[in-house]
Amino acid sequence: MNATSIAAAEQRIEWDRPARGRVAMFGLIAAEAAIFTIFVVAYLFYVGKSLTGPLPKDVLSVPIFYTICLLSNSLTIHLAAKSLRQGSVRRFGILWLATIALGAAFLYGTATEWHRLIYQEGLTISTNLFGTTYYSLVGLHGFHVIAGLVALSMVMVFTFLGNVRPEHAERVDVLSLYWHFVDTVWIVVFTVVYVIGR
Amino acid sequence: MSTDAIAIPRRELASSPIVTRLHEWVTTVDHKRLGILYIIYALVFLLIGGIEATVIRIQLIRPHNDFVSPQVFNRMFTMHGTTMIFFVVMPVLFGFANYLIPLMIGARDMAFPRLNAFSFWMTAFGGLLLYFSLVGANGLYGAGNAPDVGWFAYAPLTSRTFSVGHSTDFWTLALLVSGFGSIGTAINIIATILCMRCPGMTLAKMPLFAWLNLVMAGLVILAVSPLTAAQIMLLVDRYLGGHFFDTQAGGSAVMWMHFFWIFGHPEVYVLILPAFAFASEIIPVFSRKPIFGYSVMVGATVAIGFISMSVWAHHMFTVGMGANVNTFFVISTMAIAVPTGIKIFNWLATMWGGKIEFKTPMLFCIAFLFQFLAAGLTGVMLSVAPFNWQLGNSYFVIAHFHYVIVGGILFALFGAFYYWFPKMSGKMYSETLGKLHFWLFLIGFHLTFDFMHIPGLLGMPRRIYTYEPGRGWDTWNLIVTIGVFFQAAGILVFLGNLLWSNFRGEAAGSDPWDAWTLEWSTTSPPPEYNFSTIPAVESRRPLWDLKHPDDPDSKYE
Repeated sequence: MNATSIAAAEQRIEWDRPARGRVAMFGLIAAEAAIFTIFVVAYLFYVGKSLTGPLPKDVLSVPIFYTICLLSNSLTIHLAAKSLRQGSVRRFGILWLATIALGAAFLYGTATEWHRLIYQEGLTISTNLFGTTYYSLVGLHGFHVIAGLVALSMVMVFTFLGNVRPEHAERVDVLSLYWHFVDTVWIVVFTVVYVIGR
Repeated sequence: MSTDAIAIPRRELASSPIVTRLHEWVTTVDHKRLGILYIIYALVFLLIGGIEATVIRIQLIRPHNDFVSPQVFNRMFTMHGTTMIFFVVMPVLFGFANYLIPLMIGARDMAFPRLNAFSFWMTAFGGLLLYFSLVGANGLYGAGNAPDVGWFAYAPLTSRTFSVGHSTDFWTLALLVSGFGSIGTAINIIATILCMRCPGMTLAKMPLFAWLNLVMAGLVILAVSPLTAAQIMLLVDRYLGGHFFDTQAGGSAVMWMHFFWIFGHPEVYVLILPAFAFASEIIPVFSRKPIFGYSVMVGATVAIGFISMSVWAHHMFTVGMGANVNTFFVISTMAIAVPTGIKIFNWLATMWGGKIEFKTPMLFCIAFLFQFLAAGLTGVMLSVAPFNWQLGNSYFVIAHFHYVIVGGILFALFGAFYYWFPKMSGKMYSETLGKLHFWLFLIGFHLTFDFMHIPGLLGMPRRIYTYEPGRGWDTWNLIVTIGVFFQAAGILVFLGNLLWSNFRGEAAGSDPWDAWTLEWSTTSPPPEYNFSTIPAVESRRPLWDLKHPDDPDSKYE
């Protein structure tokens, strides 16, 4: 017996399967979500358990502007992917650049906040439990923003070199899934750190 | 998936020089070669972990023994546990999944071949990192030591104060690195199963092997990630002066326990589900009957997947979590016995009335069935919180989970080795040596792990270096250690059989077992492209349909 005779049935079967890139990205997002869940649980469990100051209510200020920057990101990347699907590479490039700029602005916001906390408030990762959980959780999210920005920038470089074409829309879509995830995580982190934990 | 035939002629490996062949193995992205690399890698670590177990047992053979120092004893049980879980059982199961899933679902490779190679090398270097601690842990000035904090590394033992040097860091990093590999493999397995199935193979027509590995991969994603998070926290504590598990700064040692066991218990099901997968393929073939209750088996698997995420704290009854929490975890732990029991009845019903052939793979699977049942029963005993308070951290617990891992997982795994060895090597193994291995290992297993329950019931705690004579533990420990030598002899026969058969065995042919799944439709070993034409299937047993065109399964499913 051989595989050829098994293939005879092929013509009779309609066959449709999910795209592997999309499935794999959802798998990665599930894994990342599990990691974040543990950090969020740790943050919530340790709220109010610091034995020494500074405490969140004394030093944290709500980063509304930079949060808007990061969240509006999801809109620009969605429109960018849509433009590419419709065949407008130029509009895609502009919106993609805007996405990167907004993401970078968010990182700048985090950097200034950390600088203030470290040099003015004297809060580091080893100061107290709040410092440990705060820098770990926000830092873990920031790390994901950086990873996302590296990926987005690579696509940007390819766009400048003229190598991004409408047929790549599916891949851009998969990357944008990751970016939406990073934004969604920020909503959780924001709620936990700046609303519940303060 | 394109159906264009990629007609690469099979290269004559024997004719190329050894450097070229080695280079091909190191740079390979072929799922079959990576599968074999995983398996060989795991077998090497099986020997190492086995030697560590033997050292532990020789130390405990009689009271007041001093075969090794207490420090070395601590390192031995830590390295034994870590090695066996992370660098033997997981890699070997990933190896079989890698090798078999694309063949079983009629695909030419995994969904992401390069991610596959990356994952393997991450796992491989994770294992090397763990053992590099032997020379590197104190900073490479010649006096290193291995991790000695136990395989679950409870805080505050892992803090800088109690764990000086770098042995704990090597443990953490090894698990972190191999964890990335595991997550990569899990994503790959899911994408392969969902996106690479050949035409006609709907989810309900997949071999059970694919189903069980799909759920296993989902559990890896949800279980290994929390471990990764916990390891990052531990690194923050150790390197950046964080306080996650530092009770003196308000941190909590119990949090580590939770985070570890949120990984640790689903991990048990990550390990046992592929063992179920082996049994679900082997038992029907050697009973000459299709699997009994396919859809119930799938449902039970998914149920196990879900319930296993909510049982972790039964490892922590002795911590004192309060009555409500204890009750929840008692009930959920007992509940998971239900879908597992369904599986056992289905395998029995598959055998019932079948024409059973007692070949070596089937012998191992039958032993698996009964031993896994016994292991499950002691599991239900331990799930009762008051019973657990009495026997938590005793040798009864050790006996219970070794009954699961050795009596359940390892026996099914040996069955899988013998069952698929003809496919992987193209050669038939020696049935005589296979049976010798089975009986030696069966006797050794029961001597060791049956009798290990008793000192546990008599109060012998785990991880003790030695014990006083006259507590009634002496004879039992002697018997337990004697069993180890039977097991070691069995393992040596097994490895000898594999090596000898690989070079001297008779040609096996493509389908030595008259089996029904797609991997048996291609040559042994399969060509690099697996199938010259992508197959199409109409039932769960495509080769049955092919062999019995007058009465195909597709008429009944």
